[in-house]
Amino acid sequence: MAVFPSTAAAGQAERRSHGTGAGTGTGTRRGAGANGGRGGRPRSQRAAYLFIAPIALGFLVFYIWPLLETFWFSFTTFGAFGGNSWVGGENYERVVRDVTVGKALGNTLLYMVMGLMTLPVAIVLADLMNRRGLRGVPVYRTLYFMPFVTMPAAVGLVWNWLYNGDFGMVNEALSWIGVDGRYWISDPSTAVYAIGVVMIWSHVGYYLIIFTAGIKAIPRDYYEAAEIDGAGPVRRFFRITLPLLSPSIFFASVICVINSLQQFDLIFVMMSPENPALGETQSIVTLFFKWAFDENSQGAAAALAFLLMLLIAALTYVQFRLQKRWVHYA
Amino acid sequence: MPEPAPGTRDSGARDSGARDSGARDLAAQDIAATPSAVPSGPGARRGRPRPFGGRSRRIDPGALATHAVLSLGAVAMVFPFVWQVMTAFKTLPEAVRVPPSVLPETWNWAGFAQVFTAVPFGEMLTNSLLNTAGRTLGQLVFCSLAAYAFARLRFRGKNVLFAVFLSVLMVPPQLLVLPQHEIMQKLGLLNSVPALFLPGMFSAFGTFLLRQFFLAMPRELEEAARIDGAGPLRIFWSIMLPLVRPALAALAVITAMWSWNDLLWPLVVNTDPAKAPVSAGLISLEGQFMTNWPVLMAGSVIASLPMLLLYVLLQRHFVQGIALSGSKG
Repeated sequence: MAVFPSTAAAGQAERRSHGTGAGTGTGTRRGAGANGGRGGRPRSQRAAYLFIAPIALGFLVFYIWPLLETFWFSFTTFGAFGGNSWVGGENYERVVRDVTVGKALGNTLLYMVMGLMTLPVAIVLADLMNRRGLRGVPVYRTLYFMPFVTMPAAVGLVWNWLYNGDFGMVNEALSWIGVDGRYWISDPSTAVYAIGVVMIWSHVGYYLIIFTAGIKAIPRDYYEAAEIDGAGPVRRFFRITLPLLSPSIFFASVICVINSLQQFDLIFVMMSPENPALGETQSIVTLFFKWAFDENSQGAAAALAFLLMLLIAALTYVQFRLQKRWVHYA
Repeated sequence: MPEPAPGTRDSGARDSGARDSGARDLAAQDIAATPSAVPSGPGARRGRPRPFGGRSRRIDPGALATHAVLSLGAVAMVFPFVWQVMTAFKTLPEAVRVPPSVLPETWNWAGFAQVFTAVPFGEMLTNSLLNTAGRTLGQLVFCSLAAYAFARLRFRGKNVLFAVFLSVLMVPPQLLVLPQHEIMQKLGLLNSVPALFLPGMFSAFGTFLLRQFFLAMPRELEEAARIDGAGPLRIFWSIMLPLVRPALAALAVITAMWSWNDLLWPLVVNTDPAKAPVSAGLISLEGQFMTNWPVLMAGSVIASLPMLLLYVLLQRHFVQGIALSGSKG
């Protein structure tokens, strides 16, 4: 995962205002000063441009220009000598028609669904850790967060070893309870789920921290009042914790969708090129990598990347539209 | 953490009684943070007289169930690490023995040695380190400058620029690697260390994160400094930066983590093993050693250890960085 959305999208944005226009997209306060409409004094204007110049230049060279170029790439095909020739919508046609793309899209959406399963797990864990007077919470938090900071390439290798069909600990543990083992990552019917489990394992600590922060912000009095009114722990969880945590849940689900759609590292490490289950686990990004750097179809790869961006944008937009129905801002 | 078995009376388990008042709760938390709160063996002297002594000594079944669930999860989180380390010290025949032994018969370092001879792992570690340092320093400098301007200065075109920054945040990184690769080629930087960190020195996320902090600073300090004749750069450097140190630390550790663990970009720009970071090094190890699990585990231990150590040392900043990215108005 490599993407963080704007911190202002985090839900709590609407809750507080710093009086400096936080969350509205501009940090200026008008009205003060004689030349209010035209910005501050010239000296601070010049300074501001100088402050922003380095990063603006970096964005221009490494982000904005490449974005435009990718767009152009997606309508061209690369010649053998590095020149691009215009092919119109051919790449997009290939992307839409190609069976492997359909498969990769299906797998990617499956990763997304599995990724979203991390959220309920993390919510329950955060709620348990919030239990008053519970000792050892810092230790738990440390342990749960460890997988998240661990290099995905290393994580993939370790789980490959655990999943190993002949000597892996997963099969060993299953044999204790009388379940037959299998070749988890080379079996086309299980490989994608095996990878999904590792994704959940890796990210549960990350969401745990987000939800812990959210739960901490819920006033204790609510729980005490509910307790006095005779609400049990389950009811308190559903009537207080979940609704008041909904901004955090919304934020987490937006991040989770964005990140699951961009899965690459784990799949790339866990699935060797000759793995028979490769096709069943290919995500959009691993397919993109294959096209761009193994098969030399950069044009089609660029088109594929653009469609991925549209998919991410569409799903994020849908989530923002739906939030009115279930997210409670205090 | 071993739970006291039901029935062992007063095994030092201080469940600070779930029905204590809030003030007591705070005190209990303070206590819990001190080493004295480690459950001592039976018969240990209780450290604090309890007003409701009798009641707090009973074991709370709810807390017990909570610990059971959390411990089970913690085992699932930790076991892969344990197995990774154990395997790294075994010989291959020992690693694939059925039934498996937990501890290696002798702690053998051969796997670790093989990692360094099979691929230039030492150089790769250096590359990873330089990559991480370059990106982290770059982001701290460039993001803090821009964040300060967006938060505290007024200038024309601010909103437009801000929207552009926002759009940078929205673009999936995969979309950019092809042209970025081409730019590196044109700059003659393919298979060089700067290629690893150049694009990653600029971050929209880092700019937003720091901007939130600058926004929250009181205006009076700046006003006073300005009246004293300090220029924008002076105010930024001497007054504002020290104030947002926690945010800088949070951004630094989060950036360091992404940089150290990054895989896709290095695979694209640095195909030469001598210029690749350890993440890519693991991929080539995998290609060479297929099923030599001790060597692969040794490699993955070395590759993930630095970040785990950093996390253990600077945990507070990690949590801060993650929590900040998740909830800030």
